[in-house]
Amino acid sequence: MYKGGRIIAGLLLFACLALMPFLINIGKAAAKPSPQVNTPFIQQLTTQTCVESAAFMKTEHMQLLNQWRDAALRDGKTVYVNSQGQSFPISLENSCLKCHSNPQQFCNTCHTYAAVKPYCWDCHNQGGTRQ
Amino acid sequence: MKILYPLLGVLALVLLAYAGVAGAHLNVLFGIVVPYLAFLLFLVGFMVRVITWGRSPVPFRIPTTCGQQKSLPWIKQNRLENPSSALGVVGRMALEVLLFRSLFRNLKTEKRGDRLAYGSAKWLWLGGLVFHWSFLIIVLRHLRLFMEPVPVLIMQLANLDSFLQIGVPLFYITDGLILAALTYLFLRRVLVPQIRYISLQADYFPLFLFLGIAASGVLMRYVWKVDIVAVKALTMSLVTLRPEVPLAIGAIFYIHLFLVSAVFAYFPLSKLMHMGGVFLSPTRNMINNSRSVRHLNPWNYPVQVHTYEAYEAEFRAKMKKAGLPLETE
Repeated sequence: MYKGGRIIAGLLLFACLALMPFLINIGKAAAKPSPQVNTPFIQQLTTQTCVESAAFMKTEHMQLLNQWRDAALRDGKTVYVNSQGQSFPISLENSCLKCHSNPQQFCNTCHTYAAVKPYCWDCHNQGGTRQ
Repeated sequence: MKILYPLLGVLALVLLAYAGVAGAHLNVLFGIVVPYLAFLLFLVGFMVRVITWGRSPVPFRIPTTCGQQKSLPWIKQNRLENPSSALGVVGRMALEVLLFRSLFRNLKTEKRGDRLAYGSAKWLWLGGLVFHWSFLIIVLRHLRLFMEPVPVLIMQLANLDSFLQIGVPLFYITDGLILAALTYLFLRRVLVPQIRYISLQADYFPLFLFLGIAASGVLMRYVWKVDIVAVKALTMSLVTLRPEVPLAIGAIFYIHLFLVSAVFAYFPLSKLMHMGGVFLSPTRNMINNSRSVRHLNPWNYPVQVHTYEAYEAEFRAKMKKAGLPLETE
């Protein structure tokens, strides 16, 4: 090879970069996040369901929260009627956080895992329900 | 046909992934086996091709007339375009790889009336630059699915990319840019007659593949959302070499993953190898020192020569007899 040393060195660098995700995870076990839903309030509920189904909430909760924000702050609408016809007050701190009073163990586990930084807490208090 | 077949090819890949997962439930095949195989093909194929290229000898410097070469002390040298030092070559390569310097020289030739006119043509350079940089940022952003904990730099990159705070999930600027750039690069091949004439299936196919990947990724993020935690559980299980049977993830994810796998597998066979090839550009990666250093052809074989001195010594007597002039008596 002509100038083989440099080409091989470049290829090794390329291989290291391409294999980086594998290399930095050597010996690590992939731990999945386990969001905690057993807060005292949820344990007292007879039917432990969120405002919508779990599958819906998993993929669409950010959209729903955005709609709630627009409804409450821009349109003055404070009641959400879900797909089952049940009504809930539109409020992050008085609806969501009433049950999920443990955002550190609930919201943050998945958000940290997926490197998502929601800007809810720019305004809202993560501590729990507002008095 | 040159456009239709590549398009049908990409659509077939999409349908294959969809049928394989939604119809036949081959989640293990499309989630574990195909990505591993594609990555292996990419890595090995890439190395083999670069080593094959590296075996071609490049004994001489190829000076190009992009700038004044090193000459007399009172003539100013262009150190970046015509480097005479290794550092200058590094600078020229950086300009080429990071900013596509050669493409910036792109010219447009036109007949204006009876005259031939040359003008600057920067749109291809801009479209190419936007596409490649968006692609790089998107690839780096995806590292969040392969690392736990996610490095701060990757998170900051994603924050910067989404700082417009449009919609939820936040809109990434590079998502829009890459789709716009790919659309431009495609339309350019279709609408400019000369470029349409020289475009091949191998030009359209990667374009459609990347359009498919970008479109499926955007759809997955903003429209048909998937459980991102399940996605990361799968990707992490892949890179920790403990592949797990994937949890229920929407079919759009498998379409996205299968198209990415297709790019990985296709990469070493295609023009996409310019990723490695650009570093081997002989007019860019060598110091222009042809006038100061003598470069010998390394495969010159020893030639048997019969010098005049030896010739004269051999035939001296006969030459003297014939009255021929001799250099040494």
